[in-house]
Amino acid sequence: MTSRASPRTWRTAPTWTAPATWVWPWAWPWPSWPSSPPWPSSSSRSCCGGGSWSPAAPPPPPPLLLLPQLLWREELEPCGTPCEGLFISVAFKLLILLLGSWALFFRRPKAFFPRVFVFRALLMVLVFLLVVSYWLFYGVRILDSRDRNYRAVVQFAVSLVDALLFVHYLAVVLLELRQLQPQFTLKAVRSADGPSRFYNVGHLSIQRAAVWILENYYHDFPVYNPALLNLPKSVLSKKMSGFKVYSLGEENSTNNSTGQSRAVIAAAARRRDNSHNEFYYEEAEHERRVRKRRARLVVAVEEAFTHIKRLQEEEQKNPREIMDPREAAQAIFASMARAMQKYLRTTKQQPYHTMESILQHLEFCITHDMTPKAFLERYLTAGPTIQYHKDRWLAKQWTLVSEEPVTNGLKDGVVFVLKRQDFSLVVSTKKIPFFKLSEEFVDPKSHKFIMRLQSETSV
Amino acid sequence: MAFVPGQPVTAVVQRIEIHKLRQGDNLILGFSIGGGIDQDPTQNPFSEDKTDKGIYVTRVTEGGPAEVAGLQIGDKIMQVNGWDMTMVTHDQARKRLTKRNEEVVRLLVTRQSLQKAVQQSMLS
Repeated sequence: MTSRASPRTWRTAPTWTAPATWVWPWAWPWPSWPSSPPWPSSSSRSCCGGGSWSPAAPPPPPPLLLLPQLLWREELEPCGTPCEGLFISVAFKLLILLLGSWALFFRRPKAFFPRVFVFRALLMVLVFLLVVSYWLFYGVRILDSRDRNYRAVVQFAVSLVDALLFVHYLAVVLLELRQLQPQFTLKAVRSADGPSRFYNVGHLSIQRAAVWILENYYHDFPVYNPALLNLPKSVLSKKMSGFKVYSLGEENSTNNSTGQSRAVIAAAARRRDNSHNEFYYEEAEHERRVRKRRARLVVAVEEAFTHIKRLQEEEQKNPREIMDPREAAQAIFASMARAMQKYLRTTKQQPYHTMESILQHLEFCITHDMTPKAFLERYLTAGPTIQYHKDRWLAKQWTLVSEEPVTNGLKDGVVFVLKRQDFSLVVSTKKIPFFKLSEEFVDPKSHKFIMRLQSETSV
Repeated sequence: MAFVPGQPVTAVVQRIEIHKLRQGDNLILGFSIGGGIDQDPTQNPFSEDKTDKGIYVTRVTEGGPAEVAGLQIGDKIMQVNGWDMTMVTHDQARKRLTKRNEEVVRLLVTRQSLQKAVQQSMLS
């Protein structure tokens, strides 16, 4: 179908299972290599990208302060209250830096990305360069010459902490804030049966946008029901009964094949086809059946709920008659079971609701004093996927298929696909247009009206 | 031409038969109407009773079919081809007069002078 070369698809399979078992200790990041699997695997690269320091990374502030004390304590000038103030400020700034870095970089990720998170890697490089340059200066100016002015050393350390805080501020903006301002509208369509949603996102890379879409997929899209896909067989049965194509006296039949198939299709399209009629009547009949069953179900549930009521405090009842919610649910379930089963079968939802799940939901509704309508809302409309029992319907393995590298940012017109075995989500991007707002002032006193004059029409 | 709501209206009317003139794609009658139940009756310069929401002739073109048939400015149109015009909207009146497949419209119109003429003849 396409004459161009197949697009480079970046296929890697992220899994949402628990991250690798190492826990990266955020002490002052002393040079230590993580004890987890090393670089080559891309999934672990993303974890390490979060916290990698090369083996030669020099440690930040506190050693700056401690080394003069350790090495040439006798020669240092005493440094009174200003130094103490600076010590306190360094301590608190370091504490905040610690918490902030943990929050930004080292928290447990919510998804495994197929590629390194570019911004994080760049920020790590920046921090590394910063610290290296500080240590260079420190080594040359202070250690070598054994500077006696301890206050200068302390101020030097404080300036490093300030610089790190500013880098952290930059990190907050890049990693967290930039994606919040809506810049693009993503349209996600499920390929199997069509429901689509639109989402507004900010600047994100393709892989992060994919995770965002997936988070919203589970609570926005109705659950995928393969039984609802196909047209009834009676409609599709009498399809093109095939035209026979004869070629008269042609030598080469190879380049006639497309011409032949086109002719067949055109002839079939012109032929009168009444299958739409059957489809319409089938659908109308099905609607009627569903509505009848639904009416029976609603009546049965309403009646069932009238059989129980909450025990008030002041009523005295025989202990044998008092039930807990589970027993109450079991007591009234029998009267609505048949109607429920028939309804679920008609709407092809019976794989999603086992008897146990219905009983549990009934118990839940009874406990919270819900009305029959509230109990039924779960069954009357197909809910989002996250509503159903986790093991069966929540899949964690998705494949991201994209023609562009997945660490690229979103641009207008980017299309990527999130695949599972039986369906896929096709996501396309559009840029939010630039709005020109102009202002018009309306004086509240300017609203005046008159009767319309007689209109005159010439005939 | 005062009327009491709910009571039948009696008026002295004149029958006017207008033959429509073909002008290009249209058939024209040669006059303009004003009034209707959706219009403001107090603006009507021709009516005697300012609550009268009937259809009035506001202009008659010179030499047009209406003038030839005897329609005068200020006439109130009571019926068009048997259809009542005393309780219609402005647009309905226009439609009834401009039906494309009718070449002739027969109007019943009334005016002040008719009433006076009848009264005078009854007195004398």
